[in-house]
Amino acid sequence: MTKKVEVKHLTKIFGRHVGRAKEMINEGKSKDEILAKTNSVVGVHDANFDVNENEIFVIMGLSGSGKSTLIRMLNRLYEPTDGEILLDGESITKFDKKELRDFRRKKMSMVFQNFALFPNRTIIENTAYGLEIQGVDKETRHQKAHECLELVGLHGYDDRYPNELSGGQQQRVGLARGLANDPEILLMDEAFSALDPLNRKEMQDELLDLQSHLKKTIIFISHDLNESLRIGDRIMIMRDGEIVQIGSPEDILQHPKNDYVEKFIEGVDRTKILTASRVMIRPDVINIEKDGPRTALRLMKDNHNSSVYVVDSEHHFKGLIDAKDVIKQIEDDKRDLQSILRTDVPTTTPDTPIKSLLNDISKTSVPFAVLDDNDRLLGIIIRSSVLGAISGNEVQNNG
Amino acid sequence: MANLFSLTMQPIPFADWINKFVNWLTQFVGFFNGITDFIGAIVNSFQWVFDLLPVWLFIVLVLGITYWALHDSKHWGLMLFELIGLVLIYNQGYWRDMTQTLTLVLTSSLIIVVIGIPLGIWMAKSHTVKVIVKPILDFMQTMPAFVYLIPAVALFGIGMVPGVIASVIFSLPPVVRMTNLGIEQVPTDLIEAADSFGSTGWQKLIKVELPIAKNTLMSGVNQGMMLALSMVVIASMIGAVGLGSEVYFAVGRNNAGSGFTAGFAIVILAIILDRVTQAFNKNKKH
Ligand SMILES: Nc1ncnc2c1ncn2[C@@H]1O[C@H](COP(=O)(O)OP(=O)(O)OP(=O)(O)O)[C@@H](O)[C@H]1O
Ligand SMILES: [Mg+2]
Repeated sequence: MTKKVEVKHLTKIFGRHVGRAKEMINEGKSKDEILAKTNSVVGVHDANFDVNENEIFVIMGLSGSGKSTLIRMLNRLYEPTDGEILLDGESITKFDKKELRDFRRKKMSMVFQNFALFPNRTIIENTAYGLEIQGVDKETRHQKAHECLELVGLHGYDDRYPNELSGGQQQRVGLARGLANDPEILLMDEAFSALDPLNRKEMQDELLDLQSHLKKTIIFISHDLNESLRIGDRIMIMRDGEIVQIGSPEDILQHPKNDYVEKFIEGVDRTKILTASRVMIRPDVINIEKDGPRTALRLMKDNHNSSVYVVDSEHHFKGLIDAKDVIKQIEDDKRDLQSILRTDVPTTTPDTPIKSLLNDISKTSVPFAVLDDNDRLLGIIIRSSVLGAISGNEVQNNG
Repeated sequence: MANLFSLTMQPIPFADWINKFVNWLTQFVGFFNGITDFIGAIVNSFQWVFDLLPVWLFIVLVLGITYWALHDSKHWGLMLFELIGLVLIYNQGYWRDMTQTLTLVLTSSLIIVVIGIPLGIWMAKSHTVKVIVKPILDFMQTMPAFVYLIPAVALFGIGMVPGVIASVIFSLPPVVRMTNLGIEQVPTDLIEAADSFGSTGWQKLIKVELPIAKNTLMSGVNQGMMLALSMVVIASMIGAVGLGSEVYFAVGRNNAGSGFTAGFAIVILAIILDRVTQAFNKNKKH
């Protein structure tokens, strides 16, 4: 993974007495105190993070936590008070006017919450705006804009005006406009928040679909945890202008750093993002190639289980044997395990979301076996660990 | 205490100062003559065209412009009003006076647009300019219009030109104000969108701000034009000919009949100008 954007000690203070406010921050004074004394608002304070190439990096936080301020410093719509932003190792913060303009034209574009389409321009003219100001001739830029509109699934609206389109359609235009100048980075400030749930989900799918072949680096602000979990490769949570936690969706859900993050993830539908590998536990296994019935029986007795999983020397999954069958084999004085092997065990892959297993897990008495691509046994899923994970408790990995 | 008392007894010589200032200005004869000639040339061009146009062609043109300006919503009533109104003015023998008044109004409007719009934009872009210009606009608009006549005569003599100058001073503020307002009212996210794609200041102004501010800006121009028209009677006191001077003479002769007739002609002209400029403003809605 290459770092696309590196943000170092980024700070933004709004107001006239920035110098005094900075001193007060360094003295560890609270934001309210700073506001009261200097009439300055600390929008973002000492933000440090990296965004990887081709990832969707989601920023979350309550209203006023500084998300918009942060994202607007990345293209310098807001001038940072302090700190540095690097793009591919080059400092954006040092750009002069002309360099900044070129950077905005070529490298980074923005999609806005309320679409921010120009009401006096047709859809195609809106989409082509970024190219128009670069002096691209009309035919070329309209061609490109048209392609982008098709790409986001908007057909036949080229010559309409924004107010003739629905919200969902307008945001498609916003997205197309952002894509038209072929940027490396897309900034999306609550781009889907103004849409109704159905449209929002559709746009999320659209974005994921686009991302799978366009491979941009996307920095996306969201209020909606389910949205963040769906589209985010990584999520950054902000509070009062500071970064609280950065991690993968699973990280955030499984290891919320503090109460603030916990509050955020309360009520989220965990089954959607929890995968089999997340809730599986390490089973007791016997090796069919060298272990006999007595070993199996002892293992079951030791762990108070009524069955044991069977693998070969390479840990390939073979099946499961029940205690009663093992006892019968011992009574009959047979060493053979193959004949009592049960192979009717449900299996799944580590990446399968729990959601799709829930039904079956509650129906079968036998735990699911989680296998990798080579049929090696990675773990098993028992009912109680699934329920535990869904209710938010960390899964205890045995052994 | 004693000093303060004597201060209140002694009038501060404001009037003197202003007179001295105006006198001092008159030494720049060349400069003011230049302006006079320039504005005079505009006035003469307008008048030359109006004198050249036959009455019927003038009426047809006015109707044509109205028709074109209203192209998606036809107001036949307005066009009928224009036809009847203009014929009536001709019938009353005020045709040339009407074209002179129109010349005065159009020249003033041209100047207030050329000065007012850039000034309004500049105010919207620069806080300093705004702080300086705002009180001057307030002053220009609240000072009784008659007062402007005095320095106008001193600096620009008698005739149409000082009339235009006085009208311009009186009717400039709404154009500046509305332009400023229109630009400031452009939604922040549109400005951010324009910036985020790397627009230059000019590109942002021409492609985003002015088109979006257009309606507000045009209503400023419309107001300015109406104010300029309201100045014609006052301007006639310093030799600006036209319907205004007809009214002014009628007052002198105590002739209510011809006073009102000329007054009506002004009203007709005002309605036509107002509706047509509004039509330009309204018709292209997105
Ligand atoms: N242009 C500005 N001038 C002054 N203060 C500002 C400005 N923009 C933001 N702020 C302040 O900075 C803080 C962070 O605001 P910001 O808009 O970044 O929050 P946000 O996380 O985007 O919130 P929301 O979810 O409501 O969009 C707030 O206290 C806000 O009042
Ligand atoms: Mg915001």
